[in-house]
Amino acid sequence: MNHVSTGEQWAFWILGSVAVIGALGMVLARNAVHSALWLVLTMLCLGFLYVVNSAPFLGAVQIIVYTGAIMMLFLFVLMLVGRDASDSLIETLRGQRVAAIVLGIGFAVLVGTGLAHSLGDTPMVGLTAANADGNVQGLAKLLFTRYVFAFEVTSALLITAAVGAMVLAHVEQAKADIVDQVTRMKLRFRPGSYPGAKAGPGVYANTMSVAAPGRLPDGNGSERTISPILPVRELTAAEAALKGTEK
Amino acid sequence: MTPDYYLILASILFTIGATGVLIRRNAIVLFMCIELMLNAANLALVTFSRINGGLDGQIISFFVMVVAAAEVVVGLAIIMSIFRTRRSSSVDDANLLKY
Repeated sequence: MNHVSTGEQWAFWILGSVAVIGALGMVLARNAVHSALWLVLTMLCLGFLYVVNSAPFLGAVQIIVYTGAIMMLFLFVLMLVGRDASDSLIETLRGQRVAAIVLGIGFAVLVGTGLAHSLGDTPMVGLTAANADGNVQGLAKLLFTRYVFAFEVTSALLITAAVGAMVLAHVEQAKADIVDQVTRMKLRFRPGSYPGAKAGPGVYANTMSVAAPGRLPDGNGSERTISPILPVRELTAAEAALKGTEK
Repeated sequence: MTPDYYLILASILFTIGATGVLIRRNAIVLFMCIELMLNAANLALVTFSRINGGLDGQIISFFVMVVAAAEVVVGLAIIMSIFRTRRSSSVDDANLLKY
C-alpha cells in the first residue's frame, strides 16, 4: 500500500517538474503578465496532481477557481494597472536582493532538513475507503456535518470580501467636478478658449497625413487642428515632399 | 516512490514562493507569490489527507481556496486604490506610513 503505481509516478515526475518550472518562471519573469501566465501553468499542474492524489473534486475546483477566476482577476488588474506592471530596478534597500536570496536558501535548508528527519517510510492509508461513496459525496458529508459552522462562517467571509472590494474600488465623484450648464458655457467662451468647431487636419494640405496641420487663412499651420494624442515627431524629407497628387 | 515526494514538491514550491515575496517589488507579483505558497500548502494538505486515509485534509484545503479567493478580491482592490492615488504598484513607493 505504501508504493504508488507506475502511472502515478510518471504523472508526478512530469507534472511536478512542470510545476516547479512554472513557479521559477513566475518569480524570474520581468513582465508581470508573464509571471501570471507562468503561475497559471503551475496551478494547472497542481490541479492535475490533486486528481492523481485521489482528490478529483479539489482538482476541478483548483482549475475553476484558481486558474479560471483568480488568475483572470489578476490579469484584469494587470490590464488596469497598465505599463507600470514591470518591476523597478532601483534598490531602495541596499543588498536586499542578495539578502532575500540568502534567506530563501536558508529557508530551503531549514525545510529540507526538517523533511529529511521526519520523512522516510511514511505509512500511507490511502483514500479508497473514504472515497468509497465517491469523493464529492464524502466531502459533502463532512462539510455539512462536522464542518458546517466553518462553512457558514465562510459565507460571511465571502460577503464581507465582496462588500469590501466594492467599497475599496468605488470612486466617489468629487462635488467640485460636477459643473452645471451655465458654468460650462462661461468656461467655453472665456478668453483664451476657442468656441467654434475645430478645422480638420490636412485641410488645404499637400499630404494625406492626419499629422499635417490644417492651414490658417494666412497659410500657416494651425496647431489646434492636430489631435494631441498623435505622437509628436518631425516628418522626414521624403514624407514632407510633394506626393505628386496635387494639380 | 512514496507520497513523501508530494510533500517535497510542496516544500519546493513554498520555498520558491517565499523567496519570490522577498525578491519582487511589484505588489501584484507579490500577491501571485502568496498564491503559490497557498497552493503548496494545499498540495501538502491533500497529501496528508491521503496518508491518513480521511477526507479532513481535503476539506481544509477547500477552505483555504475559499479564503484565498476572498483575500485576492480584497487585496487586488487595495492595490487598485493605491495605484489610483500613487500611480504606482511598486511596494517601495507605498512608504508613507514609514515617517
